[in-house]
Amino acid sequence: MNIIWFLLFAVGIIIAAFTGKMDAVTSSALGGAKTAVELAIGLVGVMALWLGLMRVAEKAGMVNALARLLRPLLGRLFPDIPHDHPALGSILANIAANMLGLGNSATALGLKAMKDLQSINVDKLSASNSMATFLAINTSSVTIIPATVIAVRVSAGSTSPAEIIGPTIVATVISTTVAIITARLLQRRNPQIPGGNGDNNIPDLITSNKNQNDSTDSRDKNNE
Amino acid sequence: MSNTFQNILTEMGSWAIPFAIILILTVGFFRKVKVYEAFVEGAKEGFQVGVRIIPYLVAILAAIAVFRASGALDLLTNGLSPFLNLIGYPTEAIPMALVRPLSGSGALGLMSDLVATHGAESFVGRLASVMMGSTETTFYVLAVYLGSIGIRRARHTLAACLIADAAGLTAAFIVCKIVF
Repeated sequence: MNIIWFLLFAVGIIIAAFTGKMDAVTSSALGGAKTAVELAIGLVGVMALWLGLMRVAEKAGMVNALARLLRPLLGRLFPDIPHDHPALGSILANIAANMLGLGNSATALGLKAMKDLQSINVDKLSASNSMATFLAINTSSVTIIPATVIAVRVSAGSTSPAEIIGPTIVATVISTTVAIITARLLQRRNPQIPGGNGDNNIPDLITSNKNQNDSTDSRDKNNE
Repeated sequence: MSNTFQNILTEMGSWAIPFAIILILTVGFFRKVKVYEAFVEGAKEGFQVGVRIIPYLVAILAAIAVFRASGALDLLTNGLSPFLNLIGYPTEAIPMALVRPLSGSGALGLMSDLVATHGAESFVGRLASVMMGSTETTFYVLAVYLGSIGIRRARHTLAACLIADAAGLTAAFIVCKIVF
């Protein structure tokens, strides 16, 4: 991430020096920063709605029940997540929302899943194996109906706007499969060192989860 | 792919959220959860999450904006097109493939352009549509998801995601070649 982030800036600014696009680069840098805050603030409401609903679902035992139900299926993908842990429930909620193309709601549920995964993470500053697998699946796209793409095709006067659904699903299945395999292969070359507790000044949102120590042992074994 | 199938799935999409809300609240209510209090307690974290991701999002979106504005993508496209043309990959679709993991709105803009210019039923138009639907805005997702819990070392996450993106973009091309 350090290298890529540095290169995006360095390559961009060096090339801009040759192409004479310094002004565009300047306004883009500032514009990008502005967009970032707008996006983050835009998420707050949806985030609050889903975190509220998920808290009700947790207290009603629904998230744990879902996690127990999914254990045989998702357990193989996420061997580091202990039995009955709510993370499996929220991961499924995110994948289901993504499949249905629910946009920000899917993001909110995904962030809930990350929070659950962080509660069993052995180093709060680095991504766990489960997080990497989850994100690889998530970014490989699991959409069934690419609603926006179809809308664009309709407005371009397409006679069969939905003809791309089949090929899209096939490509998605391939990329998701590659995502799972790659994440699994790369995690061995890049072991996580347990022990980091992260910033003490990060609000209790992350660290307050009581069962954060429960899984440390099983995770260590799985890292080998 | 029939329109009925599409309609059913679209319909499911519009029912999903109301259904989830009523299901969660009903089960909670009958299991004697104080639904209102629990909701408010959970919801108050929404703001913190939104604020926490700001530095991560600013870092990544500013860098991507600089990279895109510099014209670096045009150079990359020119460099790649001779090789990709060998396998029949259309030059016009290269910028979109390169932008896809970096910027969702940017890729959507390029895709709309391609579909409008070449036609939705052209090979380029179809390829752009499939690439758009079968991949995600990887950098944005990583910044938001990892940022929301304060993670700074992504380890192998970025590599795995980018390899999966490359696989998705390649698969989109091959599937389009076969189907259309």
